[in-house]
Amino acid sequence: MAIFVNENTKVLVQGLTGGQGKYHGLRNRAYGTKVVAGVTPGKGGTDVEGIPVYNSVAEAVAATGANASFISVPPKAASAAILEAAAAGVGFVVCITEGIPAQDEARVFNQLQRDFPSTRLLGPNCPGIISPGRCNIGITAGEIALAPMAGKPAVGIVSRSGTLTYQALYELKQLGVGVTTCVGIGGDPVPGTNFVDCLSEFEKDPETKAIIMIGEIGGTGEEEAAEFIKAHVTKPMSAYIAGVTAPAGKKMGHAGAIVSGGKGTAQGKMDALATAGVKIGLNPTEAGALMAEIVKGL
Amino acid sequence: MDLFEYQGREYFARFELPVPAGNVADNVDDAVRVAEAAGYPVVIKAQVQVGGRGKAGGVKLADNAEEARLHAGNILGMDIKGHVVHRLLIAHAADIAEEYYASFTLDRAAKKHLLMLSAQGGVEIEEVAEKDPDAIVKLHIDPTVGITLAEARKACVDAKLNPKAVDQAAVILLQLYRCFTEGDCDLAEINPLVLTPDGTVLALDAKVGLDDNALFRHPEWAPWTETVLRDSRETLAHEKGLQYIGLDGTVGIIANGAGLAMSTLDVVNQVGGSAANFLDIGGGANADVMAGALEVINTDPKVKSIFINIFGGITRGEEVAKGIVEALKRVNLTAPIVIRLDGTNAEEGRAILASSGIPESTLMSRPTMLEAAIAAVAIANK
Repeated sequence: MAIFVNENTKVLVQGLTGGQGKYHGLRNRAYGTKVVAGVTPGKGGTDVEGIPVYNSVAEAVAATGANASFISVPPKAASAAILEAAAAGVGFVVCITEGIPAQDEARVFNQLQRDFPSTRLLGPNCPGIISPGRCNIGITAGEIALAPMAGKPAVGIVSRSGTLTYQALYELKQLGVGVTTCVGIGGDPVPGTNFVDCLSEFEKDPETKAIIMIGEIGGTGEEEAAEFIKAHVTKPMSAYIAGVTAPAGKKMGHAGAIVSGGKGTAQGKMDALATAGVKIGLNPTEAGALMAEIVKGL
Repeated sequence: MDLFEYQGREYFARFELPVPAGNVADNVDDAVRVAEAAGYPVVIKAQVQVGGRGKAGGVKLADNAEEARLHAGNILGMDIKGHVVHRLLIAHAADIAEEYYASFTLDRAAKKHLLMLSAQGGVEIEEVAEKDPDAIVKLHIDPTVGITLAEARKACVDAKLNPKAVDQAAVILLQLYRCFTEGDCDLAEINPLVLTPDGTVLALDAKVGLDDNALFRHPEWAPWTETVLRDSRETLAHEKGLQYIGLDGTVGIIANGAGLAMSTLDVVNQVGGSAANFLDIGGGANADVMAGALEVINTDPKVKSIFINIFGGITRGEEVAKGIVEALKRVNLTAPIVIRLDGTNAEEGRAILASSGIPESTLMSRPTMLEAAIAAVAIANK
């Protein structure tokens, strides 16, 4: 089992005819993901290397039965694209777009919650989701991920940062630990899916035996996760938090990664998670090694 | 992008928020002219983006031209916690009966807008939050709905603002909310919001943080992007489109991805070193980008070694390696490089570096992030 996606997930790509959308959409298909449609207003009736393109998400869904969307469009168009997918009944929307204004993000999040509660948004500004061997939606390089192996416990990954997500996947692959699903929730201030959403799903997934979490400075997502872990997560966990040495008041690349008013520090997050029983690695390699140890003991 | 107070005032004025008459001046003669126009008494305020300027002597009252000249002369050029004052804001000094606090921000945990309003203004709101948290009224606002005049009015009453101030303050809250939302602010704060003895409510200060992601729909922000505070290296990096933040250490850092770059600083610190900078070169690490990054780091005299930390996901190892070899032909480095190249096609990349003819004293490769950090720190601490 995997969370949010599986081998039957049918994906449409909003922005398939654009440079990024085409590149990653085709890579996802090459990985084995069922990429069934593209959507670009005005380009309906054409195709991208055999993938039919439609004018609207609703048309694409009606024609192909797509139940997930991969959005790769510029920041100006992203909010409308997310809402269009939700309105067409798409249940899982992955938006990799970086640079969406925070006001738009906050409005879209609240509108989804109110008008389209059955749609889950992953991102924006995230690497996407991969269930190794089954489904890859987004920009993760499939070859750095190891699928679960029969008779060996597999783990789930949830992460805020792109490259550190890859790093975690790769560390586990080196150590021979398979991954059920790796979810990159993204580094923006208002992520559609947060740590708690993923932890809750991993806790319910029988195939996932342990969870590794990669956080970073800024916001309170990791602290909320710690509270949730204390109360609801029975599976063993390791974690790494980036930004111990980040100076206050400076955005470290991601819009959401900033220590301000003494809040959102890496130390505070590590302490909260440690109190919840999570084993803390001081770098990604250490977090991976801790997870390998956990898995060995299962 | 954080605005200076005088820019925040301009922004407030666009949304019809009431601010006292005034203007900026960069020299003493202009200061006196602006003061005359604003009408004495005036307040002369240092324009720096750092707290505690009042205590440092950067805010003074003047009752006449002589005093305005004296204070402007003293404040211009003053160093406030490392920020040198180049510009003054001179505004008519309103008589103050009461001081309040009002702000809108995004509450990331609640995913809603947050109004904070207090009858205890003019001091740091963090102080109020600590000593007397009940003195701050907090109201969450659904971004798809917004705030109504009735809700704003109720917040003013709940915060125990003077009844004489309530109606005006409620309207100001709506204007401030429009500034926050339509104006794409991270923060829109008035501290203090004052009630004058004659019953007028005014915004005496303006603290505005703008969301850089919204720049594309705000051409009017353009002049302000030029006054953003950057050191010379940050300016150079900005011109090259790199995400660079200057720090104080001796190990120059180049990494792909913000998270990995942050993590690289941490690991360097863990093994006893200190990072000279944060630099994210993003996804496509080609020769141009790499050369640009090395150039920026090369201008930092404190740098004793350079740690290039690349994890190839989409980025391919051999492209990164080619980029570095090419970049080294263009840039004459003063410090040696330690590189960790891992992930997609890392083997091919390492082979290219090994056969490039670049001596180990200029470029050494280490297989893991930790080993590379140790090597880079050893050189820097020598």
